Amino acid sequence: MALISADNRGLRLATRYAVLGLIAVIFIFPLIFMVMSSLKPDQQLLEDSGNLRAFLPVGDISLNNYTAAFQRAPVATFVFNSVLVTGVTVLLSLLICSAAGFAFVFVNWKGRGVLLSILLATLILPFETIAIPMLLMVAHLPWIGTEGITWGWLNSYHVQIIPFVADGLTVFLFVQYFKDLPGELIEAARVEGASWGQIYRRIVMPLSGPILATAAILKFLVMYNQYLWPLMVVQEEGYRPVMVGLQYFFQLNVAWGEVMAYLSLITVPVLAFYLYLQKAFIASIASTGVKG
Amino acid sequence: MKPFNTFAGALLASAFFAGAALAQTELTMWYHGAGNDNEMKLVNEMLDEFNASQSDWKVVITAFPQGAYNDSVVAGALAGTLPDIIDIDGPILPNWAWAGYIQPLAIDETLIKDYLPGPKGVWDGKLYGIGMWDAAVSLVTRQSYLDELKLRTPTLDQPWTAEEFQGALDAAKNSGKFEYALDLGMAWTGEWYPYAFSPFLQSFGGDMVDRSTYKTAEGALNGDAALAFGNWWQGLFKNGYAQATQDPADRDGGFAAGKYAFSWNGNWAALGALAAFDDVLFLPAPDFGNGSKIGAASWQLSISATSKHPDGANAFINFALRPENLARFSKGLGLIPATAAAAEMTDNYKAGGPLAVFYDLSSRQGLLRPVTPGYPVMAKVFEKALADIANGADVAATLDAATDEINADIEKNGGYGH
Amino acid sequence: MATKFTVSNRTGWLMAGPAVLLIAGFVILPFFLAVAFSFTNQRLISPNPTEFVGLENYRQLLGVTTLTLEPVRDDAGAVVMKDGAPEYPSIRSLTRNNPDRPDLAGMREWFSFSSGGDSKTYVLARDVVFMKAIVNTFLFVLVVAPVQAGLALGLALLINQRLRGINVFRAIYFMPVVVSIVVVSLLWRLIYDGQSGLLNNLLGTLSFGLIPPVEWLGNPSTALGSIIAMSIWQAVGFHMVIWLSGLQTISPTLYEAAAIEGASKWQVFRFITWPGLRNTAVLILIVITMQAFGLFAQIDVMTNGGPLDSTQTIVFQAIERGYGKQDISGGSAISVILFVIVLSISLIQRWLTREKS
Repeated sequence: MALISADNRGLRLATRYAVLGLIAVIFIFPLIFMVMSSLKPDQQLLEDSGNLRAFLPVGDISLNNYTAAFQRAPVATFVFNSVLVTGVTVLLSLLICSAAGFAFVFVNWKGRGVLLSILLATLILPFETIAIPMLLMVAHLPWIGTEGITWGWLNSYHVQIIPFVADGLTVFLFVQYFKDLPGELIEAARVEGASWGQIYRRIVMPLSGPILATAAILKFLVMYNQYLWPLMVVQEEGYRPVMVGLQYFFQLNVAWGEVMAYLSLITVPVLAFYLYLQKAFIASIASTGVKG
Repeated sequence: MKPFNTFAGALLASAFFAGAALAQTELTMWYHGAGNDNEMKLVNEMLDEFNASQSDWKVVITAFPQGAYNDSVVAGALAGTLPDIIDIDGPILPNWAWAGYIQPLAIDETLIKDYLPGPKGVWDGKLYGIGMWDAAVSLVTRQSYLDELKLRTPTLDQPWTAEEFQGALDAAKNSGKFEYALDLGMAWTGEWYPYAFSPFLQSFGGDMVDRSTYKTAEGALNGDAALAFGNWWQGLFKNGYAQATQDPADRDGGFAAGKYAFSWNGNWAALGALAAFDDVLFLPAPDFGNGSKIGAASWQLSISATSKHPDGANAFINFALRPENLARFSKGLGLIPATAAAAEMTDNYKAGGPLAVFYDLSSRQGLLRPVTPGYPVMAKVFEKALADIANGADVAATLDAATDEINADIEKNGGYGH
Repeated sequence: MATKFTVSNRTGWLMAGPAVLLIAGFVILPFFLAVAFSFTNQRLISPNPTEFVGLENYRQLLGVTTLTLEPVRDDAGAVVMKDGAPEYPSIRSLTRNNPDRPDLAGMREWFSFSSGGDSKTYVLARDVVFMKAIVNTFLFVLVVAPVQAGLALGLALLINQRLRGINVFRAIYFMPVVVSIVVVSLLWRLIYDGQSGLLNNLLGTLSFGLIPPVEWLGNPSTALGSIIAMSIWQAVGFHMVIWLSGLQTISPTLYEAAAIEGASKWQVFRFITWPGLRNTAVLILIVITMQAFGLFAQIDVMTNGGPLDSTQTIVFQAIERGYGKQDISGGSAISVILFVIVLSISLIQRWLTREKS
């Protein structure tokens, strides 16, 4: 291998792309199937589903399924509700859980060891198993709104948001990440008289791009895909989220084309959110020279 | 009963709408039809007419998708937010009545004098719910198939016996013309199993629970008759008459495509079959020894126990039971009208109509699923047992386990008030 | 860092307080209620008063016993053979309405093995379905955790190279993650379809018709495997991204030094990359394990626990009981059992991966 010819390099490059491309096909084919199916009438969709035509916009192509989906259900309302609930929860969650992670890793205070262990234990509780006791609880909690104090949180946005703002997993993500940041830096800042708020805002947060992005996307996915909880606490159509809306399409005979159209539609916001965050994921903290 | 003049009513109402609206008390209603445009259109038409027909009440509806409906009602009951009027699937009515979610109806007895038995929701001797329609299942086939396979055409008075049915399946299978002799609709899970298949068990002489006491399933679900049923059921799949897992697409269109000789399907799919072939027959269920049976009861209207306006809710239900309303849903959705008078108002179900046979099936063969608050659990247990047996599980052991589970549940619930 | 400069009780409570309060109110408190329910006969729907039943729910779920039986012998004392194997007394005759063995009432055979000589040992369980659910869940976790973590690391290393257009590939690999698991399960149900599914057609074409169509989800021997494969496919992109963020915390200077020393690729991975991924590895292993124990949506959409209980899982059973069968107490007891299982495992995991100081 003394001589690396241009040909050889080109071949290796081509191999690399071929491998990457092959893997890409494995990951993307069901999604192409989804989008292509959303353009076809039911009969053709099912006939095509077994062969390569499933991935091609061939045959009787139209946007009819999308029109029909909007007629069947208030799709825009569902998407709006989900995006609103998800967005607010993600923002609050990042703020509150990162602050907690900060306190657990960098600040010395009485009780933090015990509390951290308890918090971590909660991250293994599947939500479904505590849903009923929680429903009984939120049905009787007070709320202060424009009409003064009211009892019961049902049929609102906040009942879909507040219970999910803090969770063990998000706190744990921040804790694991902050452990990798150099503690000496924080201590040095304290010695120089920086306040905790300044350290959190000016030192720790700027270094936390990747973990903020990770926590955000994870929370986004959980919230956007909520089904059981909104089903239980929201009766008015105006507050329903996208996953409850999916049920509108499962009548006795499933309208597969409309299902695919609806699925394609509700996937767009998540994809957009990921693409928006993608840079932050990759933002190299190596380049900041923090570690190593 | 004078037929209500829709047009005049609507005209009258719009003239006095502003005045009437002020005085009207709002009644809330939950309904299971969200996402089903046809059905919601009919429901809303009826609501508009009711709201316009009198000046005391105004019904406001919230629709839920059917798949999420029961969970929503249960959550609403737990949280204390049930509306005045709820609709409810017939077989689970005793469960909700027993739990105290709903209250007995106070409706005009003359309206339901000639009713089919299925749409009446009775628990503990009181009427808690009333349906505008019933549904029925039949064995769908074609006259040309029967001729070709040289089979007798069964009638309501003389349905096929178990042997004749077996002979029909054999003939269809041996003809080699069909992918499978019988389409049972295995693609539909959930309530379809107890609704469509427990009547077979009952025709064999077994049941999901001993209906004389409702205290045990011992002997009913695992006795000799049940074992015979279980072995027959397993044989359908083992011997290749039917498939244990089915494409949803085949359920929707397999019969029309000629894949099956016989299809066990409901009246709601009948119009599709009629459109596919001009010689479609809707045959009664075979008689396995204890009479031909099919499932009865569909969605019904009821009033929540917490309603502050039961008088208004009852007024609405009285309105809904008018023959023209029963006919409305039958015409729009193909459902079986709950009375013969309403049936006469529809083209499909009037005497000689293409679907009239379903009205007779419903009145002659319809059998309610076990009328007990324990039904939701039984239905789940039964579904799993049948799926397991179809997939090759040991028949006796599976039915024993199902019996034990149902009995344990009855015991845990203090006998469910029987 | 335990110097006086970092000690501040007020700051600690102030910053951790909101999260602690919310988790206490919306996770821990409801969980305690669920624990309380598990010792009662609480129903989802019932007019009956709730009663304390002690450990009854746990006994029902976890009751297991063994039974060793001798084969049936004829009058001459010879073993009766049936279908070429010794015949044993039927379990049913012992467990049902048998006044001699009240302890076996309601139990069912879980599995059996021959225990020396002609005798055969039967393991009976009070709730065979739940036992199968536990086994399936562990199987799922044991396969998914290492395979998914490993594949994700492989993808992360693959994608962590300077190449034109690498961002596009990264986005594509991540895409299944952003699609809801319910949606993914629906899509794969069509792909796995036994008659006209894409997978069967693909395998048939590639093997020139040698591989016959398989009922992937309708066959007890392939159903769980199919769900495992799909689950890994769906989630691997997420863990790839976490590995990736871990990879980027490793200083480039270390790699430069290794290059100067002429280290092989394997050496670079073994001595630089892997040690640098320590915290990430702990995180990923724990997150995957937790998620895998929660296996539910796939089952609910694709198989409902069937065929023949081959895809029953713990969480599916908890929900099936609590909601489907209206048995909140039984569902809660399953949740508590799951909690104890996962807590023990995570304690073991943390002990194994503890930082040696």
